[in-house]
Amino acid sequence: MKYTIKEDPHKNELVQKVIEISGENIFSCYQCGRCSSGCPMAEFMDVLPNQVFMFLQEGDVDTLLKAKTPWICAACFTCTVRCPVGLDLAAVMEAIRELQLRKNYDYIDPYKVEDREELPPIAMVSNFRKFTP
Amino acid sequence: MGKKIMFYPGCTLKGVAKNLEDSTVESARVLGYDFIELPGWTCCGAVYGLAQDSVKFTIANVRNLIKAQNYGKEIDDNRLIAVCSMCYNNLKRAHIDVMKNRDKLKTLDLFMDEEADYEGNINVLHYLQFLKNDVGFDKIKSAVKKPLKGLKVAPYYGCLLLRPDEVAIDDREDPHILEDLLKVLGAEVVDYPLKNECCGSYHTVDKKEIVGERTYKLVSVAKEMGADVIATSCPLCFFNLDKRQEIAKNKHNDFEHMPIVYFTQLMAIAFGLTSQDVLHFDKHYISPEEVLKKWL
Ligand code: SF4
Ligand code: SF4
Ligand code: SF4
Ligand code: SF4
Repeated sequence: MKYTIKEDPHKNELVQKVIEISGENIFSCYQCGRCSSGCPMAEFMDVLPNQVFMFLQEGDVDTLLKAKTPWICAACFTCTVRCPVGLDLAAVMEAIRELQLRKNYDYIDPYKVEDREELPPIAMVSNFRKFTP
Repeated sequence: MGKKIMFYPGCTLKGVAKNLEDSTVESARVLGYDFIELPGWTCCGAVYGLAQDSVKFTIANVRNLIKAQNYGKEIDDNRLIAVCSMCYNNLKRAHIDVMKNRDKLKTLDLFMDEEADYEGNINVLHYLQFLKNDVGFDKIKSAVKKPLKGLKVAPYYGCLLLRPDEVAIDDREDPHILEDLLKVLGAEVVDYPLKNECCGSYHTVDKKEIVGERTYKLVSVAKEMGADVIATSCPLCFFNLDKRQEIAKNKHNDFEHMPIVYFTQLMAIAFGLTSQDVLHFDKHYISPEEVLKKWL
């Protein structure tokens, strides 16, 4: 993975939006990697949890908007409770999803879900809440 | 008539998770409590909103808390019990959130001007907390008619009973509350290192292959540790660990099925409530009947 500093993150509008929506000070991450080591979804991600902060600190939200990672995170809060500086990465993941959902983007189409009859309400309610505006 | 306690079932318990609802309500009855369904409750929304600038995922929960406040005054008890891990997590987070952020509460109170304001007195409890702290394990022990002697159980907490910290019902890295209850029921608890690892959650809707992989790992490790069953309290964990075994089996030749049960079903069985009107084994993809037949 290549990192290039795109823009001063303090001046980058999208980085500021992520901070505003998540309420997290993304600059306090010091790349210890603990979030990624405990993440149960890491093996399915294209950008690792700690790398999310790296990209944000480098002003590169575009890469995160194209990444699968925010949509693979299961909001399990393992990283949230283990981060030594108390960052809530689950909320940051949500903020990145929100940047897209708030433009009326549907990550999934509820009408195209297979085997809707067998899925319990709890699965559909939670999924649609995370993946549709 | 037992003591009246408010119970928040949640939408999944009213249908596919009848086995969780009935075993909860009936086990409570044995212990002397009448779980009354919270009048006028609505679906909690399952996942708590994490965006700081939005209250849309908090409204339904606060509305439920207000319903509990109203009914709680009638029965003179402020406890609201949930057994679905997601319902518990949601209601509890909403309560803590609006108590910490009074501006949010004010916005919601104004928005729901048809309701009374939320006074912040509702004590949201998970059934396990209620059993441990309010009922007491000694009392539960004396209600056991058929100890589950010899049944090896892997206790599974998943995420939302333990995280985030402000809602954790026990130590998030090394919880014991479920183990302690299972032991009181006479079961043998196996050491289960993945007990607080996520099952893949709502990805079961659009990325069920991922959940199949999680299930493969979670069930296989429970088997390695010698478990006969995995016990959970969340209808989503239950569905994922039970139904997604189908995917795990298709992908992995070495996979062996294992029944998944709610801890409340084990409690009901230990109390001698073995009717299918309480246990509803037809709701299971992998039937636990064979493994549990000694006690049925
Ligand atoms: S655990 Fe916290 S500090 Fe460590 S890399 Fe992750 S976000 Fe950064
Ligand atoms: S909340 Fe998301 S990023 Fe954090 S550990 Fe869980 S799945 Fe991984
Ligand atoms: S958590 Fe699920 S089952 Fe419980 S009320 Fe909410 S959506 Fe329904
Ligand atoms: S283990 Fe799965 S369903 Fe259970 S609480 Fe975690 S994400 Fe939810």
